[in-house]
Amino acid sequence: MTDILVVLLPLFGALLAGSLVFFSPKDDIESHKVDIIAQWITCIGMFLSLAAALIVFVDVALEGNERTTELFTWIESGTLEVSWALKSDTLTAVMMILVTGVSSMVHIYSIGYMHHDSSIPRFMCYLSLFTFFMLMLVTADNLIQLFFGWEGVGLASYLLIGFWYNKPSANSAAIKAFLVNRVGDFGFALGIFAVFMLFDSVHLDTIFAAVTEKKEATLLIFGSEFHALTITCLLLFIGAMGKSAQLGLHTWLPDAMEGPTPVSALIHAATMVTAGVFMVARLSPLFEFSDVALTVVTIVGATTAIFAATVGCVQNDIKRVIAYSTCSQLGYMFFACGVSAYSAGIFHLMTHGFFKALLFLGAGSVIHAMSDEQDMRRMGGIWKMVPATYILMWIGSLALAGIWPFAGFYSKDIILEAAYAAGTGPGNYAFWLGIAAAFLTAFYSWRLLIMTFHGTSRADEKTMAHVHESPKVMIIPLLLLAIGAVFAGYLGYEMFVGHETAEFWGNAIFILETHKALENAHDVPSWVKWLPLIIGLAGIGLAYVFYMFKPDIPGQIAKAFQGIYQFLLNKWYFDEIYNYLFVRPSFALGRGFWNVVDGWIIDGLGPDGISSLVRRTAIWISALQSGYLYHYAFVMLIGLVLMITGYLFKYIG
Amino acid sequence: MPFENLPDLVPVLPEIFLALVIMSLLMFGVFQRGGRAETDVNTFRVISWMAVVTLIVTPLLVLSLAGSTLIGFGGLFISDPFSVFCKILVLIGSAGSLVMARNFLEEHDMARFEYPVLVVFATLGMLMMISANDLISLYMGLEMQSLSLYVIAAFRRDDTRSTEAGLKYFVLGAVASGMFLYGASLIYGFAGTTNFTILEQVLQRDTQDEYGQSLGIIFGIVFILSALAFKVSAVPFHMWTPDVYEGAPTPVTALFAIAPKIAALALFMRVMVGPFGDLISEWRQIIIFISVGSMLLGALAAINQRNIKRMMAYSSISHVGFALMGLAVGHDSGIRAILVYLTIYLFMNIGTFACILAMRRGGVMVEAIDELAGLGKTHPLMAAAMTVFMFSMAGIPPLAGFFGKLYIFLSVIQAELYLLAVIGVLTSVVGSFYYLRVIRLMYFEDPDEPLDRPVSREISLIATLAGLVTVLFFLYPDFLVLSAATASSALFLN
Repeated sequence: MTDILVVLLPLFGALLAGSLVFFSPKDDIESHKVDIIAQWITCIGMFLSLAAALIVFVDVALEGNERTTELFTWIESGTLEVSWALKSDTLTAVMMILVTGVSSMVHIYSIGYMHHDSSIPRFMCYLSLFTFFMLMLVTADNLIQLFFGWEGVGLASYLLIGFWYNKPSANSAAIKAFLVNRVGDFGFALGIFAVFMLFDSVHLDTIFAAVTEKKEATLLIFGSEFHALTITCLLLFIGAMGKSAQLGLHTWLPDAMEGPTPVSALIHAATMVTAGVFMVARLSPLFEFSDVALTVVTIVGATTAIFAATVGCVQNDIKRVIAYSTCSQLGYMFFACGVSAYSAGIFHLMTHGFFKALLFLGAGSVIHAMSDEQDMRRMGGIWKMVPATYILMWIGSLALAGIWPFAGFYSKDIILEAAYAAGTGPGNYAFWLGIAAAFLTAFYSWRLLIMTFHGTSRADEKTMAHVHESPKVMIIPLLLLAIGAVFAGYLGYEMFVGHETAEFWGNAIFILETHKALENAHDVPSWVKWLPLIIGLAGIGLAYVFYMFKPDIPGQIAKAFQGIYQFLLNKWYFDEIYNYLFVRPSFALGRGFWNVVDGWIIDGLGPDGISSLVRRTAIWISALQSGYLYHYAFVMLIGLVLMITGYLFKYIG
Repeated sequence: MPFENLPDLVPVLPEIFLALVIMSLLMFGVFQRGGRAETDVNTFRVISWMAVVTLIVTPLLVLSLAGSTLIGFGGLFISDPFSVFCKILVLIGSAGSLVMARNFLEEHDMARFEYPVLVVFATLGMLMMISANDLISLYMGLEMQSLSLYVIAAFRRDDTRSTEAGLKYFVLGAVASGMFLYGASLIYGFAGTTNFTILEQVLQRDTQDEYGQSLGIIFGIVFILSALAFKVSAVPFHMWTPDVYEGAPTPVTALFAIAPKIAALALFMRVMVGPFGDLISEWRQIIIFISVGSMLLGALAAINQRNIKRMMAYSSISHVGFALMGLAVGHDSGIRAILVYLTIYLFMNIGTFACILAMRRGGVMVEAIDELAGLGKTHPLMAAAMTVFMFSMAGIPPLAGFFGKLYIFLSVIQAELYLLAVIGVLTSVVGSFYYLRVIRLMYFEDPDEPLDRPVSREISLIATLAGLVTVLFFLYPDFLVLSAATASSALFLN
């Protein structure tokens, strides 16, 4: 029952707040009332949902009562049977806490942040709607329902990125996010088809029960045999790559920062983008049987981690820096899954949810203070004016950089240790890239802090005069998230990846006997345990040298290594390459179809051609109607003569 | 026995009644003549209403003959379910147009008692055409109808367009009559009789002959067919229609578009499937030719029209084309479809012309289609009625016009005339353009200056009745379809 409440309360909130959109207020006072009603409805819905989620968490994760609540049958067609059902196990419960927790904070924060906006009910409606879809995704007990939630969050993300729809850049970012995700979703859909083909079911428990029988199965594709589970997992992973912005399908995430900042915190940092990691963990029984797929996951994850970290070091937009950081951290989570340390991945997913939401909302607070300025080159020297935000950003950055005792320290360390402990080629690859990325993470985090808060101000006087600490309604959610960012790692360590792992996770995650990365992670050499922390501190130190003590060094380095700098600044030229390879050919093809096929052939021969023919004929026929009697008589006689002649030829000629 | 031949007169009773009443009305009118405008109008009103009552009573007499086939006047005259059906349609059409005419004639200074008298005379001619069982009686009915119609086309004798219309109609009508007489004499020359019953037997024997029928008979049929095509205004004998429809006073146009069309098509059916029924393989291609021609021309030429009466002229040409498709089928189902089609056509057209007659500004008739702009705002009810009629004419379900077309197409497809059906559907698509344009004008354009209101009671009543029939037809189509089936099977008895 509580599971149903968790999922449906945000939906009701969304529907009620959404219906307020049709109410047209007479004046400002009335419209302000409507806004307040919408905020109350959605926030209450979210907090009740959070409370219910806590109950579910205690019941399911701590007491170990896994269950599935069947609601009703959705599709019944041949052997395909799909029900609406809520699966509650530890994995779901963790995600529920994270989603409802961060979402509640973001709801509250939005009251302050969106204060001046003119369509608050719509915004609150979208936020709650997103939360509903995300909860639907994490509670799915079959792949179709998972896909429903998957597409639903995509829709909500599209709506929220393009929330300020009169901004062209927001619209194109929304479209880009939707399209890039389509590519991933196509893979995901094919993956679901493959699962159904293989197991004759899309029900998760049925699939997991049958997976050992099918582990040797093969698929015939284009005339050659392939290991069926590998193909399936790779297709599913393509879906995960799209949603979680992994290398290749990551291009939408930085652009998605066009949306309002609370959206970036909720959807594009804490929850939706982690859906890919969740999906891989959820389907661990499938992935475990395909070493190829796991290797691909590891390599893609590790490469994304380092790629995004390098790009993050040269970005100037405060939100983009954090966006690339998100991308990079998602890479960590994936390579954790790739070395079969799913619980480490989910652990990092959770801690990251807290501190990344904190960072984003903190950045939002800064942007709010700086009169909507997002470029760090026009900030600086404001730390005394926004002390609370400043401290909270420090906490978030310490957690992100993995400094003891903050949350990121525990989760990032266990991931790196697991990668090392895997002892495989891909494992080592991931470990060393992960270490490098950790260094860069610390570096760009402090680069962000120093550029934003320290030094002399580079903003104009008018902006500086306006700088103010954010209202309580924005600071309190940050405080709550900060508590998570500080303690979540320490508190969760034993349960998620420590000694209580087995009881905690129950049947939610499946790991083959032979994959011992996580078990061995606790016994790695001590330099492996210390290295991430040391490298993190080194990164912070370097940032201080570069941006606090010798501010001319970065410029000189950029000049000396112009090529590399440009390469990084342009995000490895992914957008340019895609533009050249896909976007422009698509436009050319579309234009061709439009002009030639539609314009000339279909319209020309079809509607336009026929209508102009009809028009011309009509004019010609009207011209025949001369009005002269003898013309009329003549036409009659001609008609008669034609008929008679016809018969003459028929019978005589 | 002095009354030996009296039973012979029973089938002619409605016509005799009509003739007697109308001649009394004529006498009454003549002796009432006072020369003063006011008396003239009063006489006109009295005679007009009397004529309407007569036209309403006559169908009861006609109905008393229903259910049996009677031959009168020594074989010249026939009354059968088919003639009963068509006569009732014609009488409804004439009565309707007469009711609608009263107001218009009074307002346009044409309120003279000859008008209703002439309309009833024309109706009498139509009834005789429908019941003709001989080429001679056919010609008599045809001419009686035509001569009356020539006069009322030019009834507004101080208006050049009206007189021009009358004259054109008369001259071209005379040409058509000449064709008919020439064809009839060819038939008589080669078959030796003018009586339909005997002709049928002769031609049936003739087809069994190994030499086939002589070319003379065929030529005769072609000539007669051309003359009949003129009367129904089918291509290429349609040229008079737009000019006459536009030039004649509007109530006259309404009459032209309804009653004579039905009568002439009834005649057409009786002649083609009766005496010449066994030669269907000979005349079918001509019917297809003029049917396709009429549909095409009706659909295309109407697009360019600015005058609503002219547009309706082309619309009626295309409707005739559709009806003739059923004749090309030749069988029972085709004739039944035509009868259903004609009934629906009758109501749609009465309604449409009621609306057209309501298009007045400052008491004067306006005729441009553009005058309907914004009618949806200024006269919402009239616009609604017009919308119903236009949609129905375009054949949009569930309005009556859709079913009319449906039955025609069904019979055409049963007869495996697929190409004809395809052309019919395509022209119907093109045709809907100008019907829909009227609707667009009424609802999506701004009015310049609103038309007069209120609309007279008779016209609102007729538009409402016709609208109800058009809208509600789909609820109970059985009555009409079954009566049409009875009527059409009468043509195929022997």
